[in-house]
Amino acid sequence: MKNKEPLFSKNNLKLITNPLSKDNPITVQVIGICSALAVTAQIKPAVIMTFSVMFVLALSNVIISILRKTIPAQIRIIVQLVVVASLVIVVNEFLKAYFFDVSKQLSVFVGLIITNCIIMGRLEAFALTNKPWLAFLDGIGNSLGYGLLLIIVSFFRELLGAGTIWGYSVIPEYFYNLGYENNGLMILPPMALITIGIIIWIQRSKNKNLIEGK
Amino acid sequence: MEHLFNIFIKSIFVDNLVFSTFLGMCSYLAVSKTVKTSAGLGIAVVFVLTITVPVNYLLENYILKQGALSWLDSSFSDVDLSFLSFIMFIAVIASMVQLVEMIIEKYSPTLYSQLGIFLPLIAVNCAILGGSLFMQQKQFDTISEATVYGFGSGIGWLFAIITLAAIREKLEYSNVPKPLRGLGITFIVTGLMSLAFMGFMGIKL
Repeated sequence: MKNKEPLFSKNNLKLITNPLSKDNPITVQVIGICSALAVTAQIKPAVIMTFSVMFVLALSNVIISILRKTIPAQIRIIVQLVVVASLVIVVNEFLKAYFFDVSKQLSVFVGLIITNCIIMGRLEAFALTNKPWLAFLDGIGNSLGYGLLLIIVSFFRELLGAGTIWGYSVIPEYFYNLGYENNGLMILPPMALITIGIIIWIQRSKNKNLIEGK
Repeated sequence: MEHLFNIFIKSIFVDNLVFSTFLGMCSYLAVSKTVKTSAGLGIAVVFVLTITVPVNYLLENYILKQGALSWLDSSFSDVDLSFLSFIMFIAVIASMVQLVEMIIEKYSPTLYSQLGIFLPLIAVNCAILGGSLFMQQKQFDTISEATVYGFGSGIGWLFAIITLAAIREKLEYSNVPKPLRGLGITFIVTGLMSLAFMGFMGIKL
């Protein structure tokens, strides 16, 4: 092993930076959307969701990557589901113990990390064919890309919908006296979809390579 | 009976899996290009939800819930296995999907060739696991309520994906701004549909 790559070589770092923009899991790969929409009414649950996904994705990527030569191809989905489900149980119990109010708010969506396409998608597309360290970086990168989008969406929804950021109100009283009102619609589910639609629009008009169709 | 009908209508319109909880979004966006394929996937989802929700209901009430094991022996009455519910539910779903696939293949090859590619995908569709998790949260009293809920949610999902596919087929001919084509406009259309569905909120039958 003469030409061993350094741990943070250029190619390895790309695994982390690509998912942040041009290979973003949500806006480009279109995976992991369900939870991205449902938990973004406020910033705090979005951040906690990001860390939960990061934990599950990075560890399951590593575990599957270590086992990749021993798992028979026909039953790999079940094996992956078992690994992911056990990690999610750990996360769920941890959240219940230390962040009870947020875990109530996230309700079923912590459990739904199991079937979050981002996890299965990365396991299938990357961890099954790559070494553990690369799989780990890929997991971290993709969950950061996922988290970035979650935080952008939740920032706008919380700011416009409730006038707060991380639960602190940031819009001065003065504005309200002038007749400004919070837009309650932003908190409701449909605006999550429309916000992501607009983010995709902005991203694609900046980066022409991503445009679909003719 | 009236009560069951209420649950059925509510799970289709008010608590629609796609529009109010965003479940099964990934396959919803990926498969909804034509009405035909989306109907195939939708029917498979109805099928699997109708089977897995009641099975998981039994599991939840006779094995996992606190005190659920007391039918075995009264000393088990304070055993709480609910932390295992994720792994149990997903195991039930994955094996049920496999089972359904085998049964359909044996008895109805035509249906199998139509659903074929979609069935294995369903095991990892969040709508299915979501159906079971919401069933757990809603705490239904009887198994028939859970079954009706599963069936209704499935129909709601089928309904949503077919309408979106129909709209997308028409969108092919419209002049959408270039960067918005494909995924972007689909998101916005779904958002508008979801806004329309908000009108059903709070309906009591």
